[in-house]
Amino acid sequence: MNWRAIAAIYRFEMARTFRSIGQSVISPVVSTSLYFVVFGTAIGSRIQTVEGIEYGAFIVPGLMMLQMLMQSVSNAALGIYFPKFVGTIYETLSAPISVPEIVAGYVGAAATKALMIGLIILGTASFFVDLQIAHPLAMLAFMILTCVTFSLFGFIIGIWADNFEQVNLIPMLVITPLVFLGGAFYSISMLPEAWQTVALFNPVVYLVSGFRWSFFAMSDVPVGISLVAIAVVLVACLAVINLIFRTGWKLRT
Amino acid sequence: MAPIIKIEGLEKTYDNGFQALKGVDLDIHEGEVLALLGPNGAGKTTLISIICGLARATGGKVTVGGHDIARDFREARKLIGLVPQEMSIEIFEKVQPNVRHSRGLFGKPRDDAYIEQILKQLTLWDKKDNRIRELSGGMKRRVMIAKALSHEPRILFLDEPTAGVDVELRKEMWEVMSELKKSGVTIILTTHYIEEAEAMADRVGVISQGELLLVEETNTLMKSLGKKELHIELETPTDSVPPALAERGVELGPNGETLVYSYDTAAEHTGITDILSDMRKAGLRLNDISTRQSSLEDIFVDLVREQKRKEEEDAA
Repeated sequence: MNWRAIAAIYRFEMARTFRSIGQSVISPVVSTSLYFVVFGTAIGSRIQTVEGIEYGAFIVPGLMMLQMLMQSVSNAALGIYFPKFVGTIYETLSAPISVPEIVAGYVGAAATKALMIGLIILGTASFFVDLQIAHPLAMLAFMILTCVTFSLFGFIIGIWADNFEQVNLIPMLVITPLVFLGGAFYSISMLPEAWQTVALFNPVVYLVSGFRWSFFAMSDVPVGISLVAIAVVLVACLAVINLIFRTGWKLRT
Repeated sequence: MAPIIKIEGLEKTYDNGFQALKGVDLDIHEGEVLALLGPNGAGKTTLISIICGLARATGGKVTVGGHDIARDFREARKLIGLVPQEMSIEIFEKVQPNVRHSRGLFGKPRDDAYIEQILKQLTLWDKKDNRIRELSGGMKRRVMIAKALSHEPRILFLDEPTAGVDVELRKEMWEVMSELKKSGVTIILTTHYIEEAEAMADRVGVISQGELLLVEETNTLMKSLGKKELHIELETPTDSVPPALAERGVELGPNGETLVYSYDTAAEHTGITDILSDMRKAGLRLNDISTRQSSLEDIFVDLVREQKRKEEEDAA
């Protein structure tokens, strides 16, 4: 195991994050605050509570999930796409590093950043609403699992992408709708029955539901099923990455 | 002594069917400077890419320091530093951390003293805290060399190290290469500047259309394939070569103003004195005499031309 290489990639990627720490932190804080103003205050004044939870607090797990998914996917995608784009990938490919080591470095850094932003949003939210977290350790575990899984997904996007538009496309076109339709801002029990069934095909429903359980000890779907859903996505991403490096797709000619 | 790099029957066919390497065999010895010459698209970069792990061979075998590049890729790659042709460098990063990062990638423990030594050797030390985008093109190229040397490799690949750089920088790059050679690093460089190969290389390999046409000591190559021409400028132009001179192989130059005689410097008897006395007998008076030695460039052009001719014959 080339631990030093993993550390080198991780440090390099984190340095990139901290070079632009301002925009990395300010943008999620601002957008979270906006969500609170719009959803929490404007809509919350009409909804008040969902399943006995104050609406402003109810949307916190969904908001965190939205940002963590977006950040995981786009950080990891950009992390590997950028060296591909400027050509510095040659160095990683010519170094004595195995695939799991490359993935650990890039995905570890992307997940760390997404996790940091999740925690910052949690901090921001605590200024707006009164939060009580039922299972803090489970919450943290969910956050880590989600960030790692979707960073893996982003890593695949970054390898697949041939231009910057494609790097941005998936977070915008896939992740955002899935989160919005996945019960980030409502309980899926509030949907008409037919749409509830449709919603169950959305993997983000399981993420948000499980994550919300760690806050309020209540969920749309059993928490065990949530864990299985994340595990399935995680394994699928690992399998695809393994395939990519075995065949050298888009990386080695 | 076993070669530090052993290439056997190396083949590469790209997905689009283009055959970039058609069975290359080559032994590279420790401590030598080997120049790979070839026109664009000859397969030089493909060869390097395969050895360094950027591309996969479709046939054949390569060992580096005795380690198979596919099976023992870690051991093989630890020995190699690569400076690619393209200026590929993270411009937002600072010089010293970037070089340190490269060392980490190759699994070596942090060693600031060694990094300092490299940066000083490449006259980058006073730029160590600069962001790379602030550096000139030549300086950026030096940073890429520093990165390639950061893990103390025994072999350095330089893919077109002086392509598109000005004369001054090229000379500097040559100095850097000589320094490295002195420290025992094996250098493989690709180039299409013949002058560079002539100046730097112990051996020259010529690649064209995916085949290694020859590998030869630079000096031997110059001697064995190098020809010399004697140009005799006449006082009054003549319209025919006197028979005695024609017999010796003397030809008429442009406008009959000169006589041209090609000879082999390695031969026992060049025949120059005979020609001069024959000229006097024939009553030809001369103005000036000059000689011209064929350069590696001429040799190279001849080789590539001959290969093309053979292929056309085969096709016919």
